[in-house]
Amino acid sequence: MYGLGVLKGLWVTIKNFTLSYFTRKRLTTVQYPEERITLSEHARTFPILVYDESPDKLRCVACEICAKECPPKCISIVRAQDEAGKPLKQPKFFDIDYSVCMNCGICEEVCPFDSIYMDRQFELSAYERSEEFLYTKDRLAKSAEYFSKIRPETAKKVEEKRKAKEK
Amino acid sequence: MNCPYLQNMDQQSTLDTQRLEVSLGPQHPSTHGVFQMDVVLDGEQVIRLKPVMGYLHRNHEKLMENMSWLACMPYTDRLDYFCALANNFSYALAVEKLAGIEVPERAQYLRVIMAELTRLINHIVLVGFLLNDLGAFFTPVLYAFREREKLLDLFEDVTGSRMMCNYFRFGGVKRDVPPDFILRVREIVNQFPKFLDELEELLTHNEILLSRCQNVGILPKALAVNAGITGPVLRASGIPYDIRKIDKYSIYGRFKFRVPVGEAGDVYDRYYVRILEMRESLQILEQAINEIPDGEVISKAGAQAAKMPRTLKVPKGDAYGRTEAPKGELGFYLVSDGSGKPYRYHVRAPSFINLTVLEDMCIGQKVADVIIILGSIDIVLGEVDR
Repeated sequence: MYGLGVLKGLWVTIKNFTLSYFTRKRLTTVQYPEERITLSEHARTFPILVYDESPDKLRCVACEICAKECPPKCISIVRAQDEAGKPLKQPKFFDIDYSVCMNCGICEEVCPFDSIYMDRQFELSAYERSEEFLYTKDRLAKSAEYFSKIRPETAKKVEEKRKAKEK
Repeated sequence: MNCPYLQNMDQQSTLDTQRLEVSLGPQHPSTHGVFQMDVVLDGEQVIRLKPVMGYLHRNHEKLMENMSWLACMPYTDRLDYFCALANNFSYALAVEKLAGIEVPERAQYLRVIMAELTRLINHIVLVGFLLNDLGAFFTPVLYAFREREKLLDLFEDVTGSRMMCNYFRFGGVKRDVPPDFILRVREIVNQFPKFLDELEELLTHNEILLSRCQNVGILPKALAVNAGITGPVLRASGIPYDIRKIDKYSIYGRFKFRVPVGEAGDVYDRYYVRILEMRESLQILEQAINEIPDGEVISKAGAQAAKMPRTLKVPKGDAYGRTEAPKGELGFYLVSDGSGKPYRYHVRAPSFINLTVLEDMCIGQKVADVIIILGSIDIVLGEVDR
């Protein structure tokens, strides 16, 4: 019968419209800045550097594996030297260009020192695109507490691994 | 000029029409990205159509020649950005063939589950946007997005990212799934058919949809085969060609599923084949979650290659890995010269090759139907232009 299909379709839209006032199943959106959905354990945005006690004691030893493996080559590292010119096991500069980074997470996979991890901070808009997206060492450094807060399960595993290594 | 309209024009033209060249796109919402069509119209009918591609060219293939094998993986996500995991699958298969890496059982199942979930996402979004092209603005597409969101949440839990998943590794997958994964997939398998029923009630027998889509943009069987069309577009023309059945790659040989085919090869068949394919995907998912074993998710060689990508030794030679991606046959042809990078990296992109028959389908149709014919081919410009 002509028009029955259209009426049936309209019934579906009416059902969806009305029920969206009563069930979460039909209305799945949240009011964003006030309400937020919880991100999952492995949710990733951009890399951070984890330190243990103080920001100048980064876990990073400037081995440059992440810089080599990074697909868009957004990491640049310069190794620190002491007065005699002997290379130290820490970075002098560690810059990540967030505007180039493609959030693939390969850096955190290849890091042998559990230093670089993916953050979940996504509200990073800025007024200017060269300076403000260039994350230097001090802006990337995040404490181990912060890391265990955002990714409790991974942090636990990493802690166990590091303790076993120390012994 | 094989257009019957043109041949008869001298005899029947009592009203003179004017030829008009219209440039559809590249900035047009119905072109699904930056894609241009130069359409020559006679009155309202299309007599010539020229697709103009390349606005989204990102130098993908050449760029990969300077990447390590693993570093190409996140870039494959950006080809067809609706089905990142299906692209990962093809690329991983090609490299595994080349390097001879085995994949453990559990990883095979996880790969199939993720690939079929991707198929659900792609087809549901396509149906939504096809209806958008038809003029049913945003009601079907938002219903589709609502369901897609549940699957994307699942992807975020498993892979870490909603769309750019980067989940497959050579010899397995990046990490094991969270403990509640199987339960959540089961819930999707149970809930999704109800949503499909509702969507079909809204669309399948809707008279407006029928009159707009039936007998529009017919792709004849012979032309579809000759032009190398694959995927749902080919199957809608009535040819049961599915690489999952033919190659039985990964573990697809173990699952029972049917290959839905259309009859007329028009826009409506292409829409309906996709609905049926989603139901078959759910069948595969159900079987996969019932059979999935415990165990390793990545082989030893694969785990080493993921942790230290430079140690992956790929011998000299070439390999072609192909899968049935949601849009058609997605293949990666790789040539290795024994160094740490691909010597040649070629993508056989399904939406690019399916686009070649656009002119044949559009000639003689109304200009408004060009939009839905393009929509029914299901292109993503990230893959067309690469």
